[in-house]
Amino acid sequence: MRPLLFKNFTATSCIGKGVAATLASLLEQRSGLKNCEFETVDIETHIGEVPGVDDARLPDHLYKFECRNNRLAELALQEDGFFDAVQQAAERWGRRRVGVFLGTSTAGILQTELAYRERDPVSGALPPSFEYGSTHNSFSVADYLRRRCRLEGPAVAVSCACASSAKVFGSARRMIEAGLIDAALVGGVDSLCLTTLYGFHSLQLSSPTPCRPFDVARDGISIGEAAAFVLLERVPADLDGDSVLLLGIGESSDAYHMSAPHPEGLGARRAMQAALAAAALEPGDIDYINLHGTGTPSNDRSESQAVTSIFGPTTPCSSTKGATGHTLGAAGALEAVISALAVQNGLMPGGVHTNKIDPTLTAHYIRDNRRAPVARVLSNSFGFGGTNCSLILGRAG
Amino acid sequence: MTLSAYVSGLGVLGPGLSNWPEAAAVLSGEHPYRPAAAVLPMPTILAAAERRRIGRVVKLALAIALEATSQAGEDPAELASVFSSSGGDGHNCHELCQALSLAGREISPTRFANSVHNAAAGYWSIGTGATAESNVLCAFDASFTAGLLEALTQVVVDQVPVLLVAYDSEYPQPLHAKRPIPDTFGVAMVLTPQRRVPSFARVDAALSDLECDRFADPDLEALRCAFPAARALPLLRLLAARTGGTAILEYLDVSRLEVRIEPCA
Repeated sequence: MRPLLFKNFTATSCIGKGVAATLASLLEQRSGLKNCEFETVDIETHIGEVPGVDDARLPDHLYKFECRNNRLAELALQEDGFFDAVQQAAERWGRRRVGVFLGTSTAGILQTELAYRERDPVSGALPPSFEYGSTHNSFSVADYLRRRCRLEGPAVAVSCACASSAKVFGSARRMIEAGLIDAALVGGVDSLCLTTLYGFHSLQLSSPTPCRPFDVARDGISIGEAAAFVLLERVPADLDGDSVLLLGIGESSDAYHMSAPHPEGLGARRAMQAALAAAALEPGDIDYINLHGTGTPSNDRSESQAVTSIFGPTTPCSSTKGATGHTLGAAGALEAVISALAVQNGLMPGGVHTNKIDPTLTAHYIRDNRRAPVARVLSNSFGFGGTNCSLILGRAG
Repeated sequence: MTLSAYVSGLGVLGPGLSNWPEAAAVLSGEHPYRPAAAVLPMPTILAAAERRRIGRVVKLALAIALEATSQAGEDPAELASVFSSSGGDGHNCHELCQALSLAGREISPTRFANSVHNAAAGYWSIGTGATAESNVLCAFDASFTAGLLEALTQVVVDQVPVLLVAYDSEYPQPLHAKRPIPDTFGVAMVLTPQRRVPSFARVDAALSDLECDRFADPDLEALRCAFPAARALPLLRLLAARTGGTAILEYLDVSRLEVRIEPCA
């Protein structure tokens, strides 16, 4: 594929609002996970909650979009000059020539969960103030951002569970390459809600402690929330060597099980191989792998096998989910931004909360930060339904 | 900017329309449209354990995807796919929200796994052994056209055949009052970069500012408006007529999609 430029990017998660705070947390190996006190949730688990989400104000004319997910999107949009960068792109290319591609798994389902508590005792009706299309529907966050940024290009939500906001890069790439648009607002927004907290608990996939990816005693995920955005454009002729490029995207399906990964990681392997092929790179060209690394026994086992089968046992890899939690539909975009920071700052972030690495996992998991030039990073995202996506990012010069 | 591909297989299922030949007969004026509840077959490609777990929206998506791929003579296992739906499984969503509103908040793990928007794509992959890339989209009422654009860009840029599956199903009350989709409707098509023996027509698509096409027949216009996936009907009417022409499909508030059809002789 033709490389694309990360023209601007930003991320807001429990480890920081904006890239400077995110980088500072990564450098200090600080985790944002804490005991769950979200809403009325009464399960023993840890979460990655973004402080101040409900203080974010949407513009008055977009009041119908009021929900936690869109507030989180608004909060993140204001960091790192991202909103202004999108406006500059719209002025340069034309509003019709900038597309919107947003990954989400939750959208604003929390709004519906709350509305179900307020049903009319006689008729069972939801409260009149409840808006379905601009909160609950998966498109709501993409629709919010296109209206907020006044963009008139193609717009879509990608909802492939936990691979959603990695796969948006594929959709944007195809539209840019087909010539339909010149720039894309790409990203992911997922927010805390009862469906995911109780849902992963029902599957016994969430940990009572902060998640410990690749640990011998790992026992599940910690759910987090995040919004991460990238302004994607074609690579210009005059390129700063410090720029970050999207070099490869690889996608595959497991054809195995709805909520369990293929035991040998065959789908994961295919996605990584496809990303390498798209980037015309060899496994040895990858300096660091940002793993999906959820901290469930089965994910880490199958992902480690898949990674080792391609890269062998020496390529450094880690999961940043011990710091951020698993931000589900936002994880792909959040970890793309973390990978971009790794490239820009020569940082391989060590995995937080992992005490004793599982000796049966053969991938080279790092627990301590490493400072070394990072020319290229591979980032994995996998989801329920057996959907897989790997991205490769690299330095321009 | 025009995107071109060949339509090499079609599947349709909705109220009073049980497959593409029936839909084609109605849309070409050969038979009148008689609305009736959609009849969803149990997908034979799934094992018994999976069949027990799936809801109406998955049955719908698998039925139209199988019709389109068998017409196109494509092996589903090799085919990239784009699934696009406005809302996924509304009944499953209702059951989860209901359980979460009650004391105890006991929810079924199977219901939770099925609540992902890509459930139909997951079952399609499991049932057919499809390991190629599969994307799953939502654009509310624009979901069909967004799916068509995604599939066309994939055909044009990556030069691979792509299965597009656009499908919508109803919510029960109380969500039905907020999103009144009345039944199930879906359309699937196999789009190929080159003309094949079973190709129906060449399609050339471009964004447009023109007003979208509507139906004079009030029942067909009601069908078009009731389901996001049925926004495909003006395109299906052209394909059924086999004479070629242009249709304007509803998309976002600021744009439509113009599709020009040239039948394969």
